[in-house]
Amino acid sequence: MGKKLVLNFPSSLVDKPIISSLVREFNLDFNILKAYVTPEEEGNLVLELTGDEGKIGSAIRHLKGLGVKVELLSKEVEMIRERCTDCTACIPQCPVGALWMDKDSFQVKFSSEKCIACGICLKACPTRAMVLRI
Amino acid sequence: MKTIAEINEKIKTGKAVVVTAEELIELCREKGVKKTASQVDVVTTGTFGPMCSSGLFLNIGHSRPRIKLGGGRITLNGVPAYAGLAAVDLYIGATALPDDDPRNSLHPGNFTYGGGHVIEELVSGKDVKLEAIGYGTDCYPRKKLATWINLKDVNEAILFNPRNCYQNYNVAVNLSKKTIYTYMGILKPELGNANYCSAGQLSPLLKDPYLKTIGFGTRIFFGGGPGYVAWWGTQFNPSGKRKENGIPCGGAATLALIGDLKAMKPEFVRGASLVGYGVSLIVGIGIPIPILNEELCRQAAVPDGEIWAPVVDYSQDYPQSTGRVLGEVNYAQLKSGRIEILGKTVPTGSLSSYRKAREIASLLKSWILQKQFFLTQPIFFFPGPESGYTFKMLKEKPVKQDNKPN
Repeated sequence: MGKKLVLNFPSSLVDKPIISSLVREFNLDFNILKAYVTPEEEGNLVLELTGDEGKIGSAIRHLKGLGVKVELLSKEVEMIRERCTDCTACIPQCPVGALWMDKDSFQVKFSSEKCIACGICLKACPTRAMVLRI
Repeated sequence: MKTIAEINEKIKTGKAVVVTAEELIELCREKGVKKTASQVDVVTTGTFGPMCSSGLFLNIGHSRPRIKLGGGRITLNGVPAYAGLAAVDLYIGATALPDDDPRNSLHPGNFTYGGGHVIEELVSGKDVKLEAIGYGTDCYPRKKLATWINLKDVNEAILFNPRNCYQNYNVAVNLSKKTIYTYMGILKPELGNANYCSAGQLSPLLKDPYLKTIGFGTRIFFGGGPGYVAWWGTQFNPSGKRKENGIPCGGAATLALIGDLKAMKPEFVRGASLVGYGVSLIVGIGIPIPILNEELCRQAAVPDGEIWAPVVDYSQDYPQSTGRVLGEVNYAQLKSGRIEILGKTVPTGSLSSYRKAREIASLLKSWILQKQFFLTQPIFFFPGPESGYTFKMLKEKPVKQDNKPN
């Protein structure tokens, strides 16, 4: 059983070893999909937790108790085809290769399966063809 | 040797051979330059990228009672327009921002809406809200105006862009340790990505590198309609470094372009938001190049692999104008998605759409083949490398306390 979560750490928690406690205290495995510390030194982490469902629930409560903002990864990025001009500015920004250029048509392609909804392509797109659906 | 008049005669009789720059490259590979030059009459090119030095003149028509906008204030959908012209003429620039836009006060700003978007909405046929105040005169008594305007109702809508169609451009990278937000897009730290902005082998001015056929009055594809070359563009620099094939390996030539917005299409005139930088206008441009001789054919057939661009650091070298270039890469490498810089493999992205450039080149080709578009003999040509015309940096003269020019 696995769950994709988006964790936002306040700057006061960025230097604390919080994720390791999920392994020690809740016997969970984690796979970090994305980790980011903003210039304001807040931490943003997208991870997949695997293990007992009850333990995942307890782990989420534990994280919330520490002041971590926890959200299920239920956001989805969508490409509005008519707005996309196929410039490719988004491609090198995508951390997971969910955007690429088709070598024959020179069209930008997007895979929602690979996407982790980090949202960087929304900023990189000059014509705002990428949108976040929640 | 051919003349433009002869080519136009062939277009009229349906005998002209018109190919896109991509097709010309293939033809020259197969048949050689000499044979291709004798067979091909026109090569079409295309480019589609953000071009900040763009803007629109509008004459909105006189109101009853009359108002004089000149010397007053005008906004279109909240974006300020220039009100330093006659009573109901105005100019809205691509980069203009609403007064209440937070800009970069919380860096990086989003720049969701500005002049480029107003122009896009007008060309899309949408109503745009004009609000204006004038100071009132005996002949123009009205002081306030708020009205929806539409492209079809205004008198003239002249897109006049002082600098479009850059001949070549920098490849932007970031050597610093933090992400930077530039007009070349988002640049990730420590060579995280490299962004370029040219259609390369399809780009108009790379295909006639000495502007031997392009000059004042050249008819072009402009935003989906016909347009004209109105002057050489600002920051024009024919004297920069060139490769042996004559192609500049940096910025170089630019064009000032003019055309009727009413004839343009929203697919080729788009507002752009560059995070942390501002708003711009993406313009689609295509220029026909008459193949008057073998030399023009050889130059128009230069492929991506032989067109080089300088790699420049936008964290320090560009903002401080140091002139340092980290290396050179060609457009074949850039379009492969990965380039090597300072020993590191760096993913590439483009601000200019090659897919749209292709679409423009083939549309222009079909216009010519359908006898809807004829070539023009330029009225005069622009300064060449021999002219000494060059691009100057600003020579600052500090303003002293006496407030007198020194």
